[in-house]
Amino acid sequence: MARVVINAPKSAKRGEVIEIKTLAGHAMETGFRRTQTGELIARDIITQLVCTYNGVEVFRAELHPAMAANPLIAFTTVATESGTLEFKWTGDNGYAVTQSAPITVV
Amino acid sequence: MTSRRQFLALACGALAAGQAAAQLDPNIQARRAAALESAVRKVTGGKPVRAGKVKLEVPPLVDNGNTVPLSVSVDSPMTSADHVKAIHVFTEKNPQPYVVSAFLGPRAGRASITTRARIADTGKVMAIAQLSDGSFWSDTVSVVVTLSACLEDGLI
Amino acid sequence: MLSAGEIPLAERRSGYEFMSRETRAMQDDEATGPALFSLFDGEALWNRKAGQAGVACASCHGSMKGVAVRYPKVESGRAVNLEQQINVCRTARQNAPPWAYESRELLALTAYVARESRGMPIGIEWNGATAPFLAAGREAFNRRQGQLNLSCAQCHDDNWGRRLAGSVIPQAHPTGYPIYRLEWEALGSLQRRLRNCLTGIRAETPPYGASALVDLELFLMWRANGMRLETPAVRP
Repeated sequence: MARVVINAPKSAKRGEVIEIKTLAGHAMETGFRRTQTGELIARDIITQLVCTYNGVEVFRAELHPAMAANPLIAFTTVATESGTLEFKWTGDNGYAVTQSAPITVV
Repeated sequence: MTSRRQFLALACGALAAGQAAAQLDPNIQARRAAALESAVRKVTGGKPVRAGKVKLEVPPLVDNGNTVPLSVSVDSPMTSADHVKAIHVFTEKNPQPYVVSAFLGPRAGRASITTRARIADTGKVMAIAQLSDGSFWSDTVSVVVTLSACLEDGLI
Repeated sequence: MLSAGEIPLAERRSGYEFMSRETRAMQDDEATGPALFSLFDGEALWNRKAGQAGVACASCHGSMKGVAVRYPKVESGRAVNLEQQINVCRTARQNAPPWAYESRELLALTAYVARESRGMPIGIEWNGATAPFLAAGREAFNRRQGQLNLSCAQCHDDNWGRRLAGSVIPQAHPTGYPIYRLEWEALGSLQRRLRNCLTGIRAETPPYGASALVDLELFLMWRANGMRLETPAVRP
């Protein structure tokens, strides 16, 4: 079961720069590890995180195997208007998780 | 049955056995340096990269290479006219050079990202920022990575 | 009851203090720390009805505050750690199969229960009931073993603070178990960590749940008396 956590303020003042911290539960198998018998373990990572704010992309990250397991990605965005922050993680083997966080801007 | 090559690789006390097999390649450093250069060129299109404006924060001696907290911030007003378009992080000694690429813009408010990376071996970590005016700026930190004490798998 | 070489209370320092600022920040980060998903899992397991008896932990138990700092306990003639106690409840009360050691479920539930004692001082009594097991644990701690012929005490009593191949040697107090060990990139128990140490000195590793390991756990917790529990800790 794919799990993610979003840490974002529920409300902010218009124009305020808010901090968003996201965490995704994922082993981020690099594709460089081998089993005890020498077989390569296939890569299985999250490859992208996109954050949209009322439908407009405000942040995008492309992840590579050098990202640690259970990837934490923290960034900022300007609180422009009330609405919804939507976060979409996609990755290998059809991994796709979407989660939203409402925000009230006063 | 362990082949002699695998035995040597394991006995080197190297990281994952897979990497150890690769580390027997005498050209490994040259190949990784070339891969890093090629990755940077892909991002910059061959344009010059100047040191400055970027601050890469990563511990100089990491507790464990599997999870290294890392932050990049760029000195920029983040206006429509003058902002950071992207931040790219690279390592020198990992099996492949990319860590993460973050795409920002004026709506970010601040050019700053925080994450946790895997750093396989002692070497440089580099952050390159692409600004809206087409210029590229960077910061580089040398990081020391050691093998953890008391591992699970025996070396043989 | 300290032997020569054992660390007096005022000088006891948690592994937390031997880590870098950044790794400590990961442990302190309750909102997005790496053990977070395990804690969510643990909470779900705590509340979920299970087994043929169809009861949840929550059906019988209220707060678990103060429990983890008293484990391992001596019960029915042997030392029992928190993981084993959870399995006792699973089998005897819930009528459910026990969870395997180091399974995701057992680790998550142990972390969830232990976390309720976070910040509380460890308190293991040396009394008539616990004495033989503590003595066995202490003997194991001081015994040279393995191909490298090292005892735990040689590193962790005599040389803590010094470096072993680039890593700082901690005092080996189990103040935060189950821990998120960066080396494992996952949560793991004290027994897993002890087996890592034994592998490190090239000694034979007792199977999970062996009384030799639980006695050592009991002694290590007693040796850490007075120190605050940090579960779930982050360690290199």
